[in-house]
Amino acid sequence: MREELFASGRNIPNIDPYLNIWHWQIPIYLFLGGLAAGILFFAGVFTIMGKAHKMPATVKKAPMIVPFALIFGLFMLFLDLKHKLYFWQLYTTIRLESPMGWGAWVLMIITPISLLWCASYIKEFYPNWDWKFKFLNTFEAWVIKNRVIVAWPMTIYAVILGIYTGILLSAFNARPLWNTSILGPLFLVSGMSTGAAIIIMLSDDHKERKIMGRIDILLIVIELFFIVHLFMGFLAGSEAQIDAANLFLGGKFTAPFFTFVVMLGLIFPAVLEIFELKGFKVPIYVPAILVLIGGLIFRFLMVEAGQITRYLY
Amino acid sequence: MHTRRKFIKISSLGIGATAFAGGMAKWAIGSTSPTNISTGSQSLAFGKKVATYCEVCFWKCAGWAYVTPNNQIQKIIGNADDPQCNGRLCPRGTGGVGMFSDPDRLKTPLMRVTKNGEQTYREASWDEALDFIAKKMKEIAEKYGPESMALFNHGSSGKHFTQLLNAFGSNNVTAPSFAQCRGPRDTGFELTFGESVSSPEVTDIRDTRCMVLIGSHIGENMHNGQVQEMSEAIDKGAVIITVDPRLSTAASKSKYWLPIKPSTDLALLLSWIHVLIYDDIYNKEYVAKYAEGFNELKEHVKDFTPEWAYGITTIKPEQIRQTAREMANAAPAVIIHPGRHTTWYGDDVQRSRAIAILNALLGSWGNRGGIFLKEGIKIPEFPRPAYPKPAWSWQDTLNGRYPLAKESITNTIIEASIPEEGKEHQIKGWIVSGTNLIVSIPLKEQLMKAMQSLELLVVVDTMPMEITGYADVVLPECTYLERYDDLRATAHREPTLCLRMPAVEPLYETKPAWWISKQIGERLGLGAYYNYTDFKEVIDWQLKQVGLSLSEMERIGTKKFARKTPVYIDPNSDHQFKTSSGKIHFYSKELEEAGFDPMPKYTAHDQPEDGFYRLIYGRAPMHTFSRTANNRNLVALMPENSVWVNPQVAELWGLKKDQYVWLKNQDGIVSNFSVKVRVTERIRWDSVYIVHGFGHHHKPLTYAFGRGVNDTELISKISVDPIMGGTGMRGNFVTFVKVQPKKEAKS
Amino acid sequence: MRYAMAIDTRKCVGCSDCVVACQTENNVPLGFCRDWVVEVVDGTYPNVSIELRSERCNHCDNSPCVRCCPTGASHFEEGGIVLVEHNKCIGCGACIQACPYDARYSHPEGYVDKCTFCIHRVREGKDPACVSVCPTSCMYFGDLDDPNSKVVNMLKNRKFKSLAPEAGTKPQIFYLV
Repeated sequence: MREELFASGRNIPNIDPYLNIWHWQIPIYLFLGGLAAGILFFAGVFTIMGKAHKMPATVKKAPMIVPFALIFGLFMLFLDLKHKLYFWQLYTTIRLESPMGWGAWVLMIITPISLLWCASYIKEFYPNWDWKFKFLNTFEAWVIKNRVIVAWPMTIYAVILGIYTGILLSAFNARPLWNTSILGPLFLVSGMSTGAAIIIMLSDDHKERKIMGRIDILLIVIELFFIVHLFMGFLAGSEAQIDAANLFLGGKFTAPFFTFVVMLGLIFPAVLEIFELKGFKVPIYVPAILVLIGGLIFRFLMVEAGQITRYLY
Repeated sequence: MHTRRKFIKISSLGIGATAFAGGMAKWAIGSTSPTNISTGSQSLAFGKKVATYCEVCFWKCAGWAYVTPNNQIQKIIGNADDPQCNGRLCPRGTGGVGMFSDPDRLKTPLMRVTKNGEQTYREASWDEALDFIAKKMKEIAEKYGPESMALFNHGSSGKHFTQLLNAFGSNNVTAPSFAQCRGPRDTGFELTFGESVSSPEVTDIRDTRCMVLIGSHIGENMHNGQVQEMSEAIDKGAVIITVDPRLSTAASKSKYWLPIKPSTDLALLLSWIHVLIYDDIYNKEYVAKYAEGFNELKEHVKDFTPEWAYGITTIKPEQIRQTAREMANAAPAVIIHPGRHTTWYGDDVQRSRAIAILNALLGSWGNRGGIFLKEGIKIPEFPRPAYPKPAWSWQDTLNGRYPLAKESITNTIIEASIPEEGKEHQIKGWIVSGTNLIVSIPLKEQLMKAMQSLELLVVVDTMPMEITGYADVVLPECTYLERYDDLRATAHREPTLCLRMPAVEPLYETKPAWWISKQIGERLGLGAYYNYTDFKEVIDWQLKQVGLSLSEMERIGTKKFARKTPVYIDPNSDHQFKTSSGKIHFYSKELEEAGFDPMPKYTAHDQPEDGFYRLIYGRAPMHTFSRTANNRNLVALMPENSVWVNPQVAELWGLKKDQYVWLKNQDGIVSNFSVKVRVTERIRWDSVYIVHGFGHHHKPLTYAFGRGVNDTELISKISVDPIMGGTGMRGNFVTFVKVQPKKEAKS
Repeated sequence: MRYAMAIDTRKCVGCSDCVVACQTENNVPLGFCRDWVVEVVDGTYPNVSIELRSERCNHCDNSPCVRCCPTGASHFEEGGIVLVEHNKCIGCGACIQACPYDARYSHPEGYVDKCTFCIHRVREGKDPACVSVCPTSCMYFGDLDDPNSKVVNMLKNRKFKSLAPEAGTKPQIFYLV
């Protein structure tokens, strides 16, 4: 029998018996980041395609919640910090190798863009809005006229943000469950799916809902494909990775993952959306909320499980 | 049952005391970060370093206490000049800080009072407590004679109270270190070589070519100098042979591990003697020159062949022969280590004799890499009047038993404390200093009976150990870091003197042992024996007698002296051993005259019944007995003990790793607390192993309380060695209780 | 200059003096530790072996913790010693996630803490505290670029291994076996 134990010294809070450094804040941060990325991506893409008028919820309504989501997400990151008073140090350095730093900077750029985007639409919701200063009004007029110019960087940064939410985890070589490059695209797709869900919920336009519904089904299919590939990759990998995969395939996380993420969060809403497209009456909130909850739980599980996995030596 | 002296949990004291204590503790521990080492690039600021020697175990390594400018002890580092530690303390010495900073320390004198029919303690002033003790001692002296006071001690403080008792007129001074520990070894070696291997042992491990450990687990017993030397020996490629039913750490570093069936060691030793003699590979020149009784020995071991031993020990004959040859090849640079805790099966003197005989056959005593000749520095005693001669002493408590006991036996003193019609030599008062008898003395019932019958029980300690709950008066002693003590003048390879002086002022109301002893002495009219106001006058005077001074020693801490005698036997000299004939005794006439076997014989011991496992206990390197179980620096390393179970046994019982179980012994005694299971291949299937010193049941030890299991409470059967009274404790068997047993109402 | 440590598992008895010494030397709060001892038992009674290892930050050459730090608080000092500058650390925990050895922890004061190789002692020409107290003298500290250093000497003459080399971090603590 092989036995491996700490002969002494190790019983450190949040480190032993396994890592538990990131609690609930990080999954929420990742969820909100993905969701915001999804909405901005669709808003940007449809604007660039010149279909903004056909997609009012996508381009106007949904982006209104993005700045709040981003700022709230950043606040979640702040809550996660253990040395909070030194928060500002994040913005005194640019470290391209650090995903955490990367994220902070991406948010620093995309949050103002999203604010700009929302500001340019504010008069459509509050016609009497006045920016008080003349130069602001002039600037607003310019943005409204050149939305496509703003949409381009917004779309690009939205994709970066979406991928980043996965890379934040996958950059950690030390955690076998996270250390796979498929996590970036997977989180991007998942984030876009949650963004689409929000848009579907906010949209009053039947056609727009239909378009977004189709896109969402596609995203869910891709996401499922990525998930299958994620585990296939693990099972073909090292012992540490196999152990990591087994947390989800017959381990501690199997039941919540397959129930809440795969079934209720992906397959079931996809089926409902297909039914809706086929003309069945489905309350639009149901699949959308399921997708959102599934996405959130997915991030909770990944963050929690990833910290349990480690190198064996 | 009516109990006069009810066990008091010191925590039942008033809120005031607790609040006071809490405040003081906070003040004492303070903010633990005197300097910011944020980038790790700054050095900590230290005020001064103060000479001390360690008191966490009996090895007493010299060191330096580093004191911060705000009078906190930051760290303790070994003194590089001390050959006992070479500048490297062991974890317990390094963690000695925790003894000083322990928030649970005794803080003020406590006296037993009855309030509303409930026994409790109240805080008392030193004067009050000392007056009471002096009054009681006088009463005892008047009623029964001063001999009726006894002292149980361990460690440096003991000496100060010995002085008190001797001046008072009693030499009933005893310590568990003899009859519960090293006694059989010392007696066995004295019978063979005329002297014992002392403490620290005079084993020349660093130069040995072959060392045999029998049940001795160097590395887990952190006897610093020995551990250091064993490491050096490993570097030099020495062969280590370990005999142990458990894969000890030392066994894992050994070339040969003999996983012996417990209780059969003597058979193995006899067969080794057989092989050495009958294969003609013993050290003939040495034996011829220094030993006598060889022919008797040869005849005696004739039938103890490895094949005979195989049937008993389960060690293969070839392995016995091979290991014997390894020893012979290395001789005389070979050590059959005498061990230290040797009270196992009741025939322990004989086993130690066999070990001594093996050493003699190989010629290790007095040779490099074997057992060297010690030399110490004689420190003259501070001038005092002669002690009065007691009318009787501990020898009279033996009642004709244990004829070869050279030191007092705790159990006979305890026995003498139980009043009995017509008992001539009775003990009525105890002072207990630095030893937690509840955890160190087997036969708990006898101990309890004795304690209930005493007229005075004074406990002096730094911590609220279990024993304090039985005291009439509890005196809070300051830790070794806050006091002067006797100079350490241990005889070893190099004569060395070490100083202990206070690194900081005593915390709370605590006082050093020398002060307590002097105060009681003066109240008893024995002031003449304490002709000094501060103990440092004694040290200074003593140092001046050997050409040193206190101020010089404060600077250097440790002073080595040149040897005047050779460290090994000069082959050209006519070396005389300290036996009656000057020769090593293979055949012991002393034993024969006292009615014992003159040469060791193997006797079979009880084996566990089905479902029971032999309880083997031992040490962990991070703890000293039960005294460190509350030391926050050391419990950070090892908070509790676990019971080691062989995987086969675990499977049989359905025991899982880290599961908690209770242990029940052959007499139906169930452990107070549960203990974590460690399923490991390191232990034989017929035994379990636990580290001694855990399972404290005294709540004031706020950390240690209820953690792990106390082996002593499961040792209800002892085999007393008839030769010297050692209490053999390895004949107890335990089984597992998986469901919490119902607690009997405690009286 | 490249500081490294060689630890002789044949001599280590697992006494954990290294752990206490680190604690008192560096004021590590109780309940936390910058080094620790691992025991690995292998085999079946009576053919059993034990490996005891005193472990700590490996001061890796290719340090994922330094790479992932968003503020540069985790950085290299002379001789490749990996340090955390407390006043730059925001406590995001990324470096803790990045370390395959779980050698870092979140200090109660918020910043991330770990072994410093006792750089304050090393700069004074002393060994790290753990090395200097070890009763078995089983640890060797020194400069890999100095051909006369004890570490180089030990690594030249003995078989050694490092922990989780497959993690690609190039650890600088070597275990002599």
